[in-house]
Amino acid sequence: MKRYLPFVIVVAVALLTATGATMLYRTKQRPALTITKEKSTSPGGESVHIRGNPNARVTLEEYGDFQCPPCGLLSEPINQLEKDHQPNLRVIFRNFPLVTHAHAREAAIAAEAAGLQDKFWEMHDLLYREQPIWSKATDARTLFNSYAGMLGLDIERFKKDMDGDKAKGRVEADQKHANLLGIQNTPTIFLNNKAIDPKNLNPESLRAAADAAVKEKPSS
Amino acid sequence: MDSRIRTIIYTVAAAISLVGLAEATYLAVLYLTGETAVCGGSASCFEVLGSKYARIGGVPVAGFGALAYFSAFSFATFAAFGYARASKFFALTVLAMFACTLWLLYVQAFLLHAFCRYCLFSAAIIFLLTGVVVAVPASDKA
Repeated sequence: MKRYLPFVIVVAVALLTATGATMLYRTKQRPALTITKEKSTSPGGESVHIRGNPNARVTLEEYGDFQCPPCGLLSEPINQLEKDHQPNLRVIFRNFPLVTHAHAREAAIAAEAAGLQDKFWEMHDLLYREQPIWSKATDARTLFNSYAGMLGLDIERFKKDMDGDKAKGRVEADQKHANLLGIQNTPTIFLNNKAIDPKNLNPESLRAAADAAVKEKPSS
Repeated sequence: MDSRIRTIIYTVAAAISLVGLAEATYLAVLYLTGETAVCGGSASCFEVLGSKYARIGGVPVAGFGALAYFSAFSFATFAAFGYARASKFFALTVLAMFACTLWLLYVQAFLLHAFCRYCLFSAAIIFLLTGVVVAVPASDKA
């Protein structure tokens, strides 16, 4: 019996590993997301923050969380894509702050409050650039106020907007829209309404996908 | 070396390999589902695991790691039960894994300038297994 025991153990471990991996895969697997016409025209579906040519035929739409490190890593490559593909590509940003990130919602509201003074993208870039600092701060709000000052915003108005309903309402509208689309993770990026495979959410693959989309659909 | 001590050493090696197998399998499944590995709020895991060095011909390196850990586990188990050749195969497998680990550490340190905690944990496991290979006298490996 002892002679066969190692075979039994090895086969048992192989089976357990295969079963565990299959169960984990089934738990984590998600259907491919697409933005249908009905969903894009649903309440909250209108695009608020667009960078680049509004009429560009290629749209890169990001559902992001300012405290999510991968979103921060992709922020600059996405900005670069928009610059390199002008006027063929536009970038849309939507808020999807995750509850697991302590300051994500507040950061999203800060970006929207800056947006009310037409500085959404400036705050967007600054929040991602400074992410390692404010995400570890106990009082992120003070930092957001100082960022508003750096961007030349009316600080008193910014503070009021942070507490007001308009900026919060915009964040909530984006979140509702994201939930409607079945989004669960950040960053979730759509290229012409088709979600990019999360495996390809790295600067090189993203550039390749955007290049291909622009080549396929150049602006007239 | 006393056969009892030898059994204990290889049993420990098999247990260590199982931890590595679980970790590598988890990472391989994450890769297949496209989920981002959470790495204590740091972007390093995303940077390393999403890089071109994290896959070979479309297959995640973690998948190869899982296979290697399973082989190490199997050989260590057989060696613990006194199969003489198994200890030799175990040593060869672990040394190959050690060489790959050195390469992956180099990639993280000098090419990507980012360290993934999962990868460092795996490297620690492989260093431990290498320690086992070194600790078992050569005469017992044959």
